[in-house]
Amino acid sequence: MNDAVPEKKLKLATAALCGCFGCHMSLLDIDERILKLVELVEFDRTPLTDIKAVGNCDIGLIEGGVANTENVEVLRDFRRHCKILVAFGACAVNGCIPAMRNQFDLQDCLQEVYLDGIGVENPHIPDDPEIPLLLDKVHPVHEVVKIDYFLPGCPPSADTIWIFLNKLIAGEAITFPYSLIHYD
Amino acid sequence: MSSELETTQNPERLKRVVIEPLTRVEGHGKVTLLQDENQHIKQARLHITEFRGFEKFIQGRPYWELPVLVQRLCGICPVSHHLAAAKACDMIVGVTELSPTAEKIRRLMHFGQMLQSHALHFFHLCSPDLLFGFDDDIRHRNIVGVIEDHPEIAKQGVMLRKYGQEVIHVTAGKRIHGTGAIPGGVNKSLSNDEIKYLKRDIDQVIDWAQGAVELIKLIFFEHYDYHLSFATIDSNMLSLVRNDGAFEIYHGGLRAKDVNGNTIFDHVDCNRYGEYIREGVKNWSYMKFPFITSIGQDDGWYRVGPLARVNNCDFFTTPLAEKEREEFIGIGGGQPVQSTLAFHWARLIELLHCTEAIAELLDDSDLYGKALLNKGELQSSGIGVIEAPRGTLFHQYEINDDGLVEKANLIVSTTNNNQAMNESIRKVANQYLDGNQLTEALLNQVEVAIRAYDPCLSCATHAMGKMPLQINLVNEKDELLDCLEKRVTGDINRTV
Repeated sequence: MNDAVPEKKLKLATAALCGCFGCHMSLLDIDERILKLVELVEFDRTPLTDIKAVGNCDIGLIEGGVANTENVEVLRDFRRHCKILVAFGACAVNGCIPAMRNQFDLQDCLQEVYLDGIGVENPHIPDDPEIPLLLDKVHPVHEVVKIDYFLPGCPPSADTIWIFLNKLIAGEAITFPYSLIHYD
Repeated sequence: MSSELETTQNPERLKRVVIEPLTRVEGHGKVTLLQDENQHIKQARLHITEFRGFEKFIQGRPYWELPVLVQRLCGICPVSHHLAAAKACDMIVGVTELSPTAEKIRRLMHFGQMLQSHALHFFHLCSPDLLFGFDDDIRHRNIVGVIEDHPEIAKQGVMLRKYGQEVIHVTAGKRIHGTGAIPGGVNKSLSNDEIKYLKRDIDQVIDWAQGAVELIKLIFFEHYDYHLSFATIDSNMLSLVRNDGAFEIYHGGLRAKDVNGNTIFDHVDCNRYGEYIREGVKNWSYMKFPFITSIGQDDGWYRVGPLARVNNCDFFTTPLAEKEREEFIGIGGGQPVQSTLAFHWARLIELLHCTEAIAELLDDSDLYGKALLNKGELQSSGIGVIEAPRGTLFHQYEINDDGLVEKANLIVSTTNNNQAMNESIRKVANQYLDGNQLTEALLNQVEVAIRAYDPCLSCATHAMGKMPLQINLVNEKDELLDCLEKRVTGDINRTV
């Protein structure tokens, strides 16, 4: 490699759909290695920057499942703009905890929270056009768009994320040591 | 306490400006502003588009799953939910007092979490606004910009957060979604090696924390009047305090003070929170609007979190933080400090306190103890209240004879600040936006106001453009998976 010619940085975008943000936190758990990461990639739309719409990117990480109409739009927008799209963590891979609501009728969930809840004043179900419509079920992201990689874990550990990103950026096959292959 | 700008009469004739997604906050939200032809702001709302229905879908699950299940509400402060649920489960299993080891391990975990969360919020999310200015270039105004321009500050922030996460790792087994607390106690104490490991860096961490407080004071006093007035609103304040009035985040009584610092209620048993606080619903947000029952919904809203806690408590138990508290309270001149940007200052005083408190705990031999678990008679309900990084957090559960959850109520910290955040953005709208062409820099001021509260809106996302009245979910083969339509009545129907 010729040191005199700096390579163009790859662009990385991330989004959280219906999840808890824990996968993004685990990404930050790479700790001081973030100083190295910013040498390798440029952040596009992520919750850490003020870029509101995703631009053309090399890598997109999607945390969370698909639970409402906006999740669908953001996910599709990421698919359109990212060369490689990754289901990032358990909720994106299989819906995880939020998908526990799939065994209930959506109306019953809303009723429990806004009508029959403890200590609720002026009970009614929010319905303003500004808030997104909920989908009847929470879906894993691959049911909506094509996904290139699945990174399981609740959340995937920082080491898992670090190895994954480094190998991906270097163009190598993704392999993990045995100790990092688990789903909790 | 005004709610003007909450609802305009004829929204269809106004220009709609939307800020979405809100960035550099944990999770998602959006703000809508309605402007008339003279660019006067007529309506400003912070919408929380999150709905997951935890209260419903945990029904039928065994109570002992709760500490690991409900912590998945939030990956930023999972320990808060983990511990609030564990405290409720302590009650359910009939344990009124934990072993000293169990209580101290939990407290250590909680201090670690408060430390990491506050560091994340200040350094990773807010420092770009405060170091570069609210109107800095959008591509530069983020943590990468801080790494480039102020590498030492960025590194200290990263390392402070890392230390907090390591405290959690050691006490809970994992940095995010660990398993340390169980009904009636904890599942492990600390080993010699683990304590040695945490002790190794604690002095350095306290130094960095002191540096952080100095930094925020420098920023605050540099533009003192601006910091006092920006997005500032007069509000009631709610927090836990210890029996003797000391700052307390794990277990205490509820204290509420009014705008002038007079007591509304004090040392209220957390189990009776339902008599003091109710929640209102507004049709434009999935997040409810809590208020103090005795004052009513219009004026009974309040603020929680660092600003409320530092204002409400009588003292910190640790010397460095107490010294900082005295200076902080001084700017109020006998009244509560209502400056919204003072949230940052209060937050970093708490961060300093956490580092001191961790250092104290690491010298406590109970951390090695072997008595981890107490037992009692199974009860039918449990309530756990804790001060999470973002404020007072309430968990309440009722179970049946089989130990399965029948009913739950969760008031998460950020929900308590719902009305206050809305009031603050309306203040900014009046102060800086009204009558102006809205630029990106002006809109960022709205977000700066929201960020001060460190809201955790984890989970929702936002549409680009107008909300469709009907939505079809299809897979890449164009097969219809789901179809929902919203009728004029607001009813949501599935039509497939």
